[in-house]
Amino acid sequence: MRRRTFMRAAGAAAVTLALSGAALAQETVKIGLILPMTGPFASTGRQIEAAARLYMQQQGDTVAGKKIQLIVKDDTGVADVTKRLAQELIVNDKISVMAGFGLTPLALAPAPLATQAKVPAVVMAAATATITEASPFIVRTSFTLPQATVPMAEWAAQNGIKKVVTLVSDYGPGIDAEKAFTGAFTAKGGQVENLRVPLANPDFSPFLQKVADAKPDALFVFVPSGIGAQFMKQFVERGLDKSGVKLIGPGDVTDDDILNGMGDVALGAITTQHYSAAHDSPENKAFVEAFKKANPNMRPNFMAVGGYDGMHLIYEGLKKTNGQGGQALIDAMKGTSWTSPRGPVSIDPQTRDIIQNIYVRKVERVNGELYNVEFATIPNVKDPVKAAKAN
Amino acid sequence: MSTNIADHVRSSLVRRGRWGIGEILFWLIAAATLYFLPERHLILNEIAIIGLFALSLDLILGYAGIVSLGHAAFFGLGAYTAGILARDGLADPLLGLGAAAIAAAILGFVTSFLVLRGSDLTKLMVTLGVALVLGEIANQASWLTGGADGLQGITMGPILGLFEFDIFGTTAYAYSLTVTFLLFIVARRIVVSPYGLSLRSIRDNPLKARAVGIPVNRRLVAVYTLAAAYAGVAGALLAQTTQFVSLDVLAFHRSADVMLVLVIGGVGYLYGGLIGAIVFKVLQDVISAWTPQYWQFWIGLILVIIVLAGRERLTERVRTLWKGVAGRTAKSPETLPKTSTREV
Repeated sequence: MRRRTFMRAAGAAAVTLALSGAALAQETVKIGLILPMTGPFASTGRQIEAAARLYMQQQGDTVAGKKIQLIVKDDTGVADVTKRLAQELIVNDKISVMAGFGLTPLALAPAPLATQAKVPAVVMAAATATITEASPFIVRTSFTLPQATVPMAEWAAQNGIKKVVTLVSDYGPGIDAEKAFTGAFTAKGGQVENLRVPLANPDFSPFLQKVADAKPDALFVFVPSGIGAQFMKQFVERGLDKSGVKLIGPGDVTDDDILNGMGDVALGAITTQHYSAAHDSPENKAFVEAFKKANPNMRPNFMAVGGYDGMHLIYEGLKKTNGQGGQALIDAMKGTSWTSPRGPVSIDPQTRDIIQNIYVRKVERVNGELYNVEFATIPNVKDPVKAAKAN
Repeated sequence: MSTNIADHVRSSLVRRGRWGIGEILFWLIAAATLYFLPERHLILNEIAIIGLFALSLDLILGYAGIVSLGHAAFFGLGAYTAGILARDGLADPLLGLGAAAIAAAILGFVTSFLVLRGSDLTKLMVTLGVALVLGEIANQASWLTGGADGLQGITMGPILGLFEFDIFGTTAYAYSLTVTFLLFIVARRIVVSPYGLSLRSIRDNPLKARAVGIPVNRRLVAVYTLAAAYAGVAGALLAQTTQFVSLDVLAFHRSADVMLVLVIGGVGYLYGGLIGAIVFKVLQDVISAWTPQYWQFWIGLILVIIVLAGRERLTERVRTLWKGVAGRTAKSPETLPKTSTREV
């Protein structure tokens, strides 16, 4: 009798063990990385994918006993494709987290899916302030435009700039940047004139002519990552580089990826942003070196660091939750803080947006290459739009 | 004598109007995918929509000979109409579909008078221009369309008050497929009618058509308006099933893609658009999963090969091959002016 009970117990234990063993062996955590890999914003996709792969290469592809599988999809920069891909990844591939999202519309399109399927979405690039409000499952590791812009306005006001013309791409982040700058700069007594350029196929020359006629102290520019080179070329063609108009803006225009190709015209441009490849810290030196080694001819930019930190956040979240589903994962991500290549960062538990240092930088030639060299730091900046709403 | 010819034409049209086994099989297989490919419904939904869009282009390009590089204007207008209605609380899908069709038809009717003027090259430019103008209006009117950020906050009600849209895309696919099928039947009926015949004669020789008393302009206005309504419905389907509209629905590449899809499948052939959509989307899906960065290179190469090998029509090549294998060379008597390929 006793023996029989024992046997039964042992049998049950063996079955349980075998089952759990099988379950362990099968368990993979799938991460769906949806990025524009082709089209005008392909550079964003390439940077993020390279950084995400680098992180996995460095940290290994197993977290808390589970294998991590990265599924990269190209949304060609078209929002309805992003949405379909996200839906397919959720339904067919049963992903645990989705990530990427190169532009604001591309991040907003799948937001309802994140809520519906309870799958966290890590925004690694798109920078309109309101994105994290579109779903309680969205968390961001890039930045928000107002976060990078308000310090620029303050710096400009403190450094003798009185009259500014703003030139922004006409979509969410551009309008965000324009509003944030205009608001902060006029509050300090500055004078601002606003210009907006279409997002697709921008031709800057007529706008730059208006700038030349207005003769401001500085030109504030926001264009999406990757478009800066085009802008700089036309800036020179209009002779604005010799007119004494200072070039200022959030760091997108002097994007590390293409900065070196812009040539001397970019020298002296003052920008504020959260990341520069020239950031002086051991973490960043290691990151830049590893990135360049894995991807010859590429320099990591702020997109890459967004992807790298995004992967870090996913890894940390998975470690804490050990596979308890989307709600637990997003909760675990809130409040996470770490030292990123860009400096100390944390995820705001209230807004799920990133809190980070913003640096004021100037384009200089370092060892024969152009870099954004940081010369001032504004520590722990929260997104000003959501901070204003909270108060 | 003249009644004799009329009888011949009539009986020939009736013969063309009959459903072939291949056609019935095609739609049966399409219906079967609802049950047998549950994990592919999202992309099948997209294929059905692009198929319908290509069908609408075929009505004007293949049957009436109107070249257009701006067909996305109607697609986008339909998408925004349905999307804005749904955002503002009119969530019934069929209502949105109807409104989109009407809005696109009105735009089609108005712009058709511009398109009727001038040569093919002028038509290309005019259609392209209309689409560009619409795209810029949608961009500027961001209070209405959401601008470059896209139209947010679309929530669709259940179809007929019964079927909710689900996350697997099954309802969406069934909905798109049904609408596409119904509109296909209508298009098929039109194509084999005397009206369709008159369109083809206009396409082949507008001068002669006018000489035998066909009201050329009126016919072209009618078909252009109809095709616009079809494209509007396709756009509305996309907006309703993805519950999102971005400026991209009006972009030039939409017009170019649909032309490409139609050319792959075959111009002047109702199944051309549908088959082209299947080939194009499946290729894109498979290759871009394999190499997300360089899929455009491969798809470009394959398309060049397909068009070179298939010449006018991909399916016709397959059909001749099949006939060669089966060894059948039976000819059916025809009284209508013969074109080398099937028209339905």
